[in-house]
Amino acid sequence: MQSKAISLTERDMQRRFDIGQVLGFVQDHSVYFFFAAVIAFFAVTIGDNGFLSVTNFFNIARTTAMISIVAFAMTFVIASGELDLSVGSVCALSALTCGMAIEAGTGWFVAVILALLSGLVIGAVIAFFVTRIRIPSFLVTLGMLQLIRGVDMRVTYTNPVAIADKTFNSLFGSGKLYGIPSLIIWSVVFALIGHVVLKYTTFGRQVLATGGNRVAAEYSGVRTSNVKFCVFMISGVAAALAGLLYSGMMQTARFNYGEGLELSAIAAVILGGTSLFGGKASIIGTFAGALMIGTINNGLIIMGLDVSEQMIVAGAIIILAVAFARKPSH
Amino acid sequence: MVDRDPILEMRNVEKSFGAIPVLRKVNFTLRRGEVHALMGGNGAGKSTLMKILTGVYLKDSGSISIESRPVAIASPNDAKRAGIAMIFQEFSLVPTLTVAQNIFLNREPRKGSFFLNDRAARKMARAVLQDLGEDLDPDTPVSELSAGMMQMVEIAKALSQNAKILIMDEPTASLSEHETRTLFKIVRRLKAAGISIVYISHRMAEIFELCDRVTVLRDGEIKITQDCKNLTIPELVDHMLGSSSASAFAWQDRQIVFSDAPVLKVSNVCLPPRVRDVSFDVHPGEIVGLAGLMGSGRTEIAEAIFGRRAPTSGAIAIDGKPIARQRDAIAAGVALVPEDRRRMGLVLDHSVQSNIMLPNLDLFRRGAFVSDGNAADVVRKMIDRFQIKTDSPAKVSRLLSGGNQQKIVISKWLARKPRLLILDEPTIGVDIGAKGEITTQIRELAKAGTAILIISSELEELLAVSDRLLILHDGRIVQDIQRRDVQSEEELHHAVQGHLIDRTRHATAV
Repeated sequence: MQSKAISLTERDMQRRFDIGQVLGFVQDHSVYFFFAAVIAFFAVTIGDNGFLSVTNFFNIARTTAMISIVAFAMTFVIASGELDLSVGSVCALSALTCGMAIEAGTGWFVAVILALLSGLVIGAVIAFFVTRIRIPSFLVTLGMLQLIRGVDMRVTYTNPVAIADKTFNSLFGSGKLYGIPSLIIWSVVFALIGHVVLKYTTFGRQVLATGGNRVAAEYSGVRTSNVKFCVFMISGVAAALAGLLYSGMMQTARFNYGEGLELSAIAAVILGGTSLFGGKASIIGTFAGALMIGTINNGLIIMGLDVSEQMIVAGAIIILAVAFARKPSH
Repeated sequence: MVDRDPILEMRNVEKSFGAIPVLRKVNFTLRRGEVHALMGGNGAGKSTLMKILTGVYLKDSGSISIESRPVAIASPNDAKRAGIAMIFQEFSLVPTLTVAQNIFLNREPRKGSFFLNDRAARKMARAVLQDLGEDLDPDTPVSELSAGMMQMVEIAKALSQNAKILIMDEPTASLSEHETRTLFKIVRRLKAAGISIVYISHRMAEIFELCDRVTVLRDGEIKITQDCKNLTIPELVDHMLGSSSASAFAWQDRQIVFSDAPVLKVSNVCLPPRVRDVSFDVHPGEIVGLAGLMGSGRTEIAEAIFGRRAPTSGAIAIDGKPIARQRDAIAAGVALVPEDRRRMGLVLDHSVQSNIMLPNLDLFRRGAFVSDGNAADVVRKMIDRFQIKTDSPAKVSRLLSGGNQQKIVISKWLARKPRLLILDEPTIGVDIGAKGEITTQIRELAKAGTAILIISSELEELLAVSDRLLILHDGRIVQDIQRRDVQSEEELHHAVQGHLIDRTRHATAV
């Protein structure tokens, strides 16, 4: 007994006796505490003004669907040690691709496939520059963000493209299944898929190992370039899907969809407890982070703040939440 | 007994973490101008004792005096003022700054109260370095220095702060043979100048070469303090382990003739710039030691066999199948325990279980899914087999000691039942207890038929486990010799420097 105790390293012993573990748990799950605090705050202040109603909660979840879906993919990107800033303009590109295809008479199904393909191709191009040419993803995707937004503006001369296809608008926008808005169904389905893939598949483990220590992962036989390739393609497709959801909801495609989406998505991921440096990630946390951002925006609107005030308060809350969630570095 | 001219005396020092005592009535005396080795396994209390001395931890009771005056060390600054400096194992220099800027970091000489006096800093830095016998340009950025030179700068930094007592923690762990020689020269020079040194190392040969006295800590108690010249290596090992477990470190002639077809065949392999023309093979169940100086191309050879480096000419085959890529090597049953376990061997922030599973995800999969249940059994077995000291398989591997981390890196490959296991410096920074356990496991694996290629700078380790030794010099295998034909460590030591071992004496025996 004694020899076993002695054989522990000092650090273990210290950990065993401080409250670090409890604190660590709270920090790891801080998004849930913060989310609860945000709801409680709005419930008290504006509970009577319609905040506390099923319709309003549906509304929050519905309008957050795009951030959530992009953030799920972003969780994989960040977990692998990379970043994708291009998602906002890719989302608009997909919307326009779909809108213009329907306009050209391809039918909604072909249009959707084309739109998702556009995201996939851009993801692959980004992945090519990151893994083969070895340019940091921050720079590649920053450039791509600008480039694609330019394409979005150029192809439509900044004009909106109306989408008249009823099936499409119902499936990707205003439709309902058993009274649940389709946007909510989309985000819940992808949360589950993302969670399962990250936690229970070999691919998920490889993503985490790649972000945790790329060299060690390589030496263990993980083909980290392939992993990163996949992760960027997933992000591209997810951004494209978000674009379809925007178009379905608005029944229009516009060049400016998804402006600032990359920042909301990254904030949701980091709030959810995923490490900005890779190797540690949680999809459920990301979902909570995205819903929390949606709830803050919703609450601030009900409180009557104008757009500029909303941005100030939401930004401040995100910084505070992340500051609390961040673990002291080793 | 009263020590002659003690510079530092620690009396009855005690320290507990919670209910667990880690130091019990420790008495430690350092004489002026001596090099004093501090030894003991992980958890023995060495680093706690040194952290008390450097003001990182507070002692629970006991006293410390320096030059016979009692001192209170409550913070790292107190320790610095008392003339105590630690040379860190992982260097604490800013790579982007120059040598002079690092030496005077945060206490730069000034002109007036505002402007820096770079010229004075440079001059003073040069003077300190020259005292050490090093002619190093103070304007060199630290990032351009070798590990040995960085250590020099660390030492210069300590001396420029008037340190009288230096603590060196595993100072040779990342140094080449040549750099180690230079360091020893410097240590002797410091000693002559009256600086006292506490020298922490797991390497026996170094201790006996360099140190005047040795203190062994075990389970938080001082076991002995003695002059090195009155001790032998086996005695020292006994004191550290507390029993006669020295057998792990003694070589036994296994008397096996390895006649099966070789697992590994390396033919005329060139890996510029270092490896010129290397050929050898390793048979099933055979332990082959690859001896050579640091920088002689040992690691390059290991990585080529693992398929991570393509030879410019020559061929590598496992069981007759050529190896071109890492995928081929892994599929053919090659496993590599790389040199730098923290960087290449482990995802430090992931659990013991995740790390052990990582190379084996394909073995534990059902469709696209990972079966953690199957994996958990295997992980359990590995933890038991290697006696990995961890609270649970879910513990983050960063929190384990070096020896236990290394056991993870070795065990993670064993689920694949490798045909060939390559170990590159498997016991760097590993304490003596774990070292023995790892050695025993290597022998077990060989007995079960795994071919083993082991690379080490510690010749005593190679001599303890190998059946056959390959001596690498100047990019070639200059000698391929049976272990039983090597008489002593000195012989091997000369051999890696290019002087062949004379085996004619044994010609009749073969």
